[in-house]
Amino acid sequence: MTSLANRDSDGGMSAYQPSLLRKEREAAAKRASVKATLTAVISTIVVLGVLAFIIRNSPGWPRVQESFLDGPYFLESLPRVAQGLWLNLRVMIIAAICIAILGSLVAVARTTTSPVLAPVRLIATVYTDIFRGLPLIIVMLGLGLGIPALRISWLPSSVIFFGGMALVLTYSAYVAEVLRAGIEAVNPTQRMAARALGLSQWQTLRFVVAPQALRKVTPALLNDLVSLQKDSGLISILGAIDAVRAAGIMTAKAFNFTPYVVAGLLFMMLTIPMTRVTDAIARRIDKRSDIGIPI
Amino acid sequence: MLLCNNVRKTFDTNVVLDDVSLTLPKHSVNVVIGASGSGKSTLLRCINLLERVDDGQIFLDGADITAIGVAPDDVRRRIGTVFQQFNLFPHMSVIGNITLAPIKVHRVPPEQARTEAMALLERFGLADKADAYPDRLSGGQQQRVAILRAIATKPLLLLLDEVTSALDPLLVGEVLSLVEDLRKDGVSMVIATHEMGFARHVADTLMFLYRGRVIEAGDPQQMLDDPNTPELRHYLTRMRAAGRL
Ligand SMILES: Nc1ncnc2c1ncn2[C@@H]1O[C@H](COP(=O)(O)OP(=O)(O)OP(=O)(O)O)[C@@H](O)[C@H]1O
Ligand SMILES: [Mg+2]
Repeated sequence: MTSLANRDSDGGMSAYQPSLLRKEREAAAKRASVKATLTAVISTIVVLGVLAFIIRNSPGWPRVQESFLDGPYFLESLPRVAQGLWLNLRVMIIAAICIAILGSLVAVARTTTSPVLAPVRLIATVYTDIFRGLPLIIVMLGLGLGIPALRISWLPSSVIFFGGMALVLTYSAYVAEVLRAGIEAVNPTQRMAARALGLSQWQTLRFVVAPQALRKVTPALLNDLVSLQKDSGLISILGAIDAVRAAGIMTAKAFNFTPYVVAGLLFMMLTIPMTRVTDAIARRIDKRSDIGIPI
Repeated sequence: MLLCNNVRKTFDTNVVLDDVSLTLPKHSVNVVIGASGSGKSTLLRCINLLERVDDGQIFLDGADITAIGVAPDDVRRRIGTVFQQFNLFPHMSVIGNITLAPIKVHRVPPEQARTEAMALLERFGLADKADAYPDRLSGGQQQRVAILRAIATKPLLLLLDEVTSALDPLLVGEVLSLVEDLRKDGVSMVIATHEMGFARHVADTLMFLYRGRVIEAGDPQQMLDDPNTPELRHYLTRMRAAGRL
């Protein structure tokens, strides 16, 4: 299945010689791009330099440096905080899996039309209304402090469990809404075409609607994932020894805030690469979706 | 093969199909013509049960498909449909589009489905597009793929709803010649179209819908050359003026 264009670029077939005009154009484009990069680099250095100068020459700088950027204490607290971060990561991953499942279920429940499922729809709607409206921190405190107080013996008593549950409940509501928007954004004619082929309602969702919906909302979902990773730090308010909590303990020990800086940096080291990855994925999807027919 | 008995369909107070009857023997082609809004698409959608008829009956292969308790999926499995707009699935390649229903609905082994789809594509000169996505195809190619997708499940009946109306005039020919080939293969079809020349050429029987009623039906040559009713005469005059005859 070699196309003409392929053979062409392999050389041989055509005798195309780029014109002088084209060479000039390309050279000009190259010059412009070099200039743009240089300008960006120089202006960044200047801005950062000025900022650094202002901060370092401020009267309180020595004091701030001492209590937030203490080199030896930085190294001392690093392993503890990193250990805490490992907990954040595990909570994040497990929560993300549960959110994917619960969020999809709720989204699908909300987009059904069958009258039998009316109660399911109602429950799903009430659920998203409640958990989208409640601040995560309140859900966390409510679950983490409230449910253990019920002393139901068969429930796990770990604060990590309740913290994770709060994350799952809150984020699933967001994710369900994002997914639902995606499902509804798929052109109804796609559903009709699938049904006309004899696909069942479930098969239509599974093979035709969901893949297109997911494609549309992947950037939004990835954004939620980054934000979930950050919010996993909130389980510290329930007393779980995650990165934030570990930093707090270290801080209290020496009355030095450097561990918090460590925690902040570590979180960023996780989220920034993830943001880049999500951007790249979103761009790739964008490329595939310049579709000539309405979807 | 297909029998529509006094089919009636209303949307609110708008009577879209009024006592429409149609008999389609096996291996024959019925073409439905009529002005925009006369109910052509609605008739086709009733036949594959995407719309529920208010009154009357539709028989497919002797069985009443409008009877209470008939599963629409089972009926649609035996009817291929191509819509006015291209309805290819944009997230699937051409071959993916064609093999979806055979694999998922008819449980054909994927390998076999692929082989059969490739054979179809080859026959109609689209083999090099098998792995392309719909957005990389021309309108005519998209619509031909949509037709191949509809026949890949070997339906008893093929419904084509103005499959050329969204196309550039230059692309119409390639789609129509595909339909002609299918006719020669003996595929039973109901076709809604605005292309009178094509209707004349491909129709075994012609049916003229006017505001949801069958005003004239029968032999295409006779109807197109010597219309009996003022409505059809008027319609044909307008089509001629539009260069569609
Ligand atoms: N889902 C619907 N709800 C309400 N009215 C409808 C619906 N579908 C079609 N109609 C109406 O039914 C009538 C017939 O529509 P139909 O699509 O069958 O016409 P058509 O003959 O296919 O026209 P065209 O040549 O423009 O495709 C129109 O008046 C239209 O407004
Ligand atoms: Mg129509």
